This record gives sequence, C-alpha cells and structure tokens, in this order.
Amino acid sequence: MSAGLVIVQILNGLQLGVLLFLIAAGLTLVFGVMDFINLAHGAQYMLGAYLAVAFFALTDSFLMALVLALAAALAFGLALEFLVFRHLYGRDHLDHVIATFGILLFINHGVKLIWGAAPLSLPMPDLLSGSVRLMDGLLYPVWRLVVIASGLATAAFLYLLVVHTRTGMLVRAGASNARMVSALGVDIRRLFMIVFGFGAMLAGFAGIMVAPILSVDPGMGDTVLILAFVVIVIGGIGSIRGAFVAALLIGLVDTLGRSFSVDILRLIMGPSSARTVGPALASMSIYLLMAVVLYVRPTGLFPAKAR
Amino acid sequence: MALATSLPPAQSHRLGAEALPIAMFLLLVTIPILAPLAGGGYLLSFSARVMIFAIAAVALDLLVGYCGLISFGHAAFIGLGAYAVGILSAHGISEALMSLPVAIAVAALFAFLTGLVCMRTSGVYFIMITLAFGQMAFFTASSLAPYGGDDGLTIATRNTIAGLSVLNNERVFYYVVFGCLLGCYVFCRALVASRFGRVVRGAKENPVRIATIGFDVYRFQLTIYIIAGALAGLSGFLLANATEFVSPAYMSWQRSGELIVMVLLGGLGSLNGAIIGTAAYLLAEEWLSGFTEHWKVIFGPALVLVVLFARGGLIGLAAALVRGRRHA
Repeated sequence: MSAGLVIVQILNGLQLGVLLFLIAAGLTLVFGVMDFINLAHGAQYMLGAYLAVAFFALTDSFLMALVLALAAALAFGLALEFLVFRHLYGRDHLDHVIATFGILLFINHGVKLIWGAAPLSLPMPDLLSGSVRLMDGLLYPVWRLVVIASGLATAAFLYLLVVHTRTGMLVRAGASNARMVSALGVDIRRLFMIVFGFGAMLAGFAGIMVAPILSVDPGMGDTVLILAFVVIVIGGIGSIRGAFVAALLIGLVDTLGRSFSVDILRLIMGPSSARTVGPALASMSIYLLMAVVLYVRPTGLFPAKAR
Repeated sequence: MALATSLPPAQSHRLGAEALPIAMFLLLVTIPILAPLAGGGYLLSFSARVMIFAIAAVALDLLVGYCGLISFGHAAFIGLGAYAVGILSAHGISEALMSLPVAIAVAALFAFLTGLVCMRTSGVYFIMITLAFGQMAFFTASSLAPYGGDDGLTIATRNTIAGLSVLNNERVFYYVVFGCLLGCYVFCRALVASRFGRVVRGAKENPVRIATIGFDVYRFQLTIYIIAGALAGLSGFLLANATEFVSPAYMSWQRSGELIVMVLLGGLGSLNGAIIGTAAYLLAEEWLSGFTEHWKVIFGPALVLVVLFARGGLIGLAAALVRGRRHA
C-alpha cells in the first residue's frame, strides 16, 4: 500500500463521512427533539437523487436541478410530516417503526414503479468534472472534493444555526427536555416541523451531491440509513456534534477497513485466508466499533438528553 | 393495552382463550388432507412457508409483545440458522441431527453476544442497535465468497433424519414443520405463563419496580432474547430445508421489518396473533402481488393506515367487533 493510495482512501473516507453527517444530522435532531424514529429518512436521501435526475432531464442544468430537487425534497418532507408523522408523536416507538416502514416501502417501490429498477446516473457539471493532481501520478476527481467541501460547509452552517440562533437554541433545548420547552410556551410542533423539513432537505441534498458519483438506484437509501443509525447511536442521540464526529469516524473506518483489511491481515495470516477473512471483517468493523462504544457508554459519545 | 385485549372476560376465559388456537391448529393439521381438493402442492408448500415464518414471528412476539423490546434484527437469526444448514451441507453434512442443533446453537450464540450490548440499552437505541447487528450479519453473509456471497448458496438436498431422507416427502416435511410450530407455540405459552414470564412482563410495565423487588432485569431480558434467537434459528433451519437455498436476503433488514409487521398485524402479545398475522401478511403478499409486482406501493400506505386507525391488529379488531355486538 503506497502513501498515495492511503491519501486517496482517506479522502474517500472523509467523503463518506460528510455524506453520513448530512443524513444523520436531520435524523438525530428528529430523534432528539421528538423521540421519533424515522425509517423513511434514507428514502428521502434516495428521493433527492432521483428528483435531481428528473429535474436535470427537464432543465439540462445541474444548478437548476439542485435547486428544484432541494425544494421538492423539502416540500415532500413537510407533506409527510403533515399527513402522517404529526399524528404519531407521543405514540409508541413501535407505531413509529411500522408507519415509517410503510412509507419506506411506498417510496422505494414507488420509485421503482416510476423510474424502473435499473440504476440511473446524473452527469456532473462540466466545470467540476475534471481531476486535480494531489502529488506525482496521483489524480483525484474535483467533484469528490466538492462533495467534501460542501459537506463541511453545511456542517459549519448547521453549527452556527444550532449554537448561535434562537431557533437553534430551542432545538437544543428540545433535544435535552422537550416537555419543558413546551411548558415554557414554545410551539414545539412548529419547531418539529421546521426540524423535520430541514432534515429531509439535508438528506435530499446528500442524495443530490452523490448522484454524479454513485449510481442512482432504489436500494441506495437503505444502506445509508443503517449507517446513519450507527452514526447517531455512536454520537449520542440528539447531538449534532456527536453526529459529526461519529460520521467522520464511521466514514474513515469503513472505507479504510474495506481497502486495507486484506493487506493488514496478510501480516498475520496466509494470503488466501486473508482474502476470505478480510472482506468479512471489514464489513463488520463499524458494527464492532459501535458495540464497543455502546458497551462502554450506552448513550453514545456525546449524549444530549439530560438523564 | 395489548395484554388487555388478549385477555377476554373472566367467565368465558378458558374456552374463549383456547378456541382460537385450537381452531387454528386444527385447520393447519387438515391442510394436507384438503390440499388435493384445492391448490394441491402449492397450498401445501405455501402453508409450510406460513408456519415456518410463524415460528419466527411467535419468537419475536415474545420480545415485542411481552417485553416491549422492539428487535429489528430478527431476520438475522433466521439467516444464521439457514446458513448453518447451507454451510454444513456444502461440506457434505446433511444430517438434521447434526445441523439442527448447530443452527439453533449458532443463532443462540449470536443472540447472547449481541444481547450483551443490546440489553444495556432501551427504547430507540435498542431498535437501532438490533438493526445494526442484523445488518452486520447480512453484510458478513454477503462477503462469504466461498459460500456464494451475494448470490447465496444452493443446498444439494434436504437434510436427512438419522440417515433417512424422509423430508423429501412434502407431507412429511409439512408435518415436521407443523410439529415444530406446535411445540414452539406450547413452549412459549408455558414460558409467558411461568414465573419467568411474569417477571419479564412485569419488567415491560415497570422495570424499576421489578428491579426493586430484587430481580436482575438485564439477565431475564437477555435470557428471553436468547430464547427468541434460538427459535428463529429453528425457523431458519426449516426455511433452508423448504427452499433448498440460502441467501443473504434472508437476513435483510426489510425482512426483519416484515416480521415485526406480521406480529403487529395479528395483534401483539398473544402468540395467536403472531401466527394469524404471519398468515395474513403472506396471504396479502400472494393476493396483492397478483395485481402488480409493485404490490408494496399499496401495502405501505395500508400499513400506515393500520397504525393510525387499527392498533390492536386483527385480533384487536375482532375483539372490538365481538364487544360491540355484546353491548348492542
């Protein structure tokens, strides 16, 4: 393994990390503020990607597709909140799970019905489709750097929003004790609607940004949803900071594990058994990490709830 | 709430409570006799499939219905049981006396190891952690290149019992599955009625109080988690033998979600409900997929409506109808 390959994989890990953060941020706030578990959140990420493809076909401009898809993702999230989720607050977690599972089935198969099961692709903007030279003989696609940068910028923006605005303060207060916030006269439902819509938009944004580098297919939401859950659990439910740290951690561990597990295992076992055990171990690594974190700290690294 | 709906009024208690399961199992036992009249082999294999999933659903009901533990990784245990059969048979061992204990033991061991972590948490954390461990099993199975990886593994022949290949006879196989479901149902009924069962049910209502009385809630819940995992392993053993094929898809988290849906459809915390719900779900799948391959587009919103308007499941609905008639 060369230094160049390590750098590339670290960048790829960062990219997965910021992507997971964009998805986990909305999810963790929704959990934190309303104690609501939303299995359909990954489907909203997928929908973002599909909407971008659809709007690109209409407008033939990435920027227009981005703006329109973001607006549509926001509108869809708000519509879901209004039609279904609003009626489930304060209910059993089981009710949340089943209802959002139903929505997930609807979106996943609805997407298949409309766009078909075959993967689609979204062309990246011409201006950003090249590569940059990181060092001798090492090229890295500009778009991947754009994804990382936009993810980090969104994280910084969210930090400002959550820490330095009044709405952000209410969200934080809601995550630590929602009933108290409500008792103080804040319209917690309106607050939740804002959080929910914003979270759906962030997930949609993540979907749009990765659409040019990943294939857009009906299964894409499910994989990231579980990873986002792992992120939230490690970071601590309701904590944006925890989600950020955990997302980068998971992104790096997963990517580096997949690329280098065979090489590392070869140091301690034969090449053929390393090739068998390596991929299996790599796919387990983040879950083992989660198990260890939870065994030591059952409420995650940065628990937001005052217990 | 779930308990209240499953307990009928005192005077009709014995008969009322037992009529439903007796009717259910009588129906199941007569299906091989009815099969030649309608549906033939298809009805037989479909009913066997219902019973196999019902075993897993009954086990899941122990967790969700009686303990309030929403396990979202239940399919992993089915998959582990199935893979035990598949991997053993890939190495030339297709003896049920060997592979059945292995299937159950592997599932129970996985339940024990993951349970050590899962049971330290509760609520939303528990849901997400069981989900994550389920995915871990799924991805591990997908990366098992020697055993088919993503594509899964075809099993050459059904397991033999003490060297006899009796399971190849569809009727014999059906009655073996039936026996497993009946045994599993009776065992779970006895379990929830026992002192052990009363402790975990009490812990669902109020864990702090149970702990104060002097019970170690963690141990009790871990034990029932292992039992549920082992029973799902049994279901996986039967599933692998029924389909003569195993694949990571058996462990997908959608499958875990479907299992929860099955339990909820029938009605939580009554064990009968789990069996009825499984049959209802698989029948709905059969029926709706006749209209369109995208039948989940219809089923998804229907699920949302069930949650919003019919929370007791089919049993709750039936009980409400009966109550309504009595009052009228």
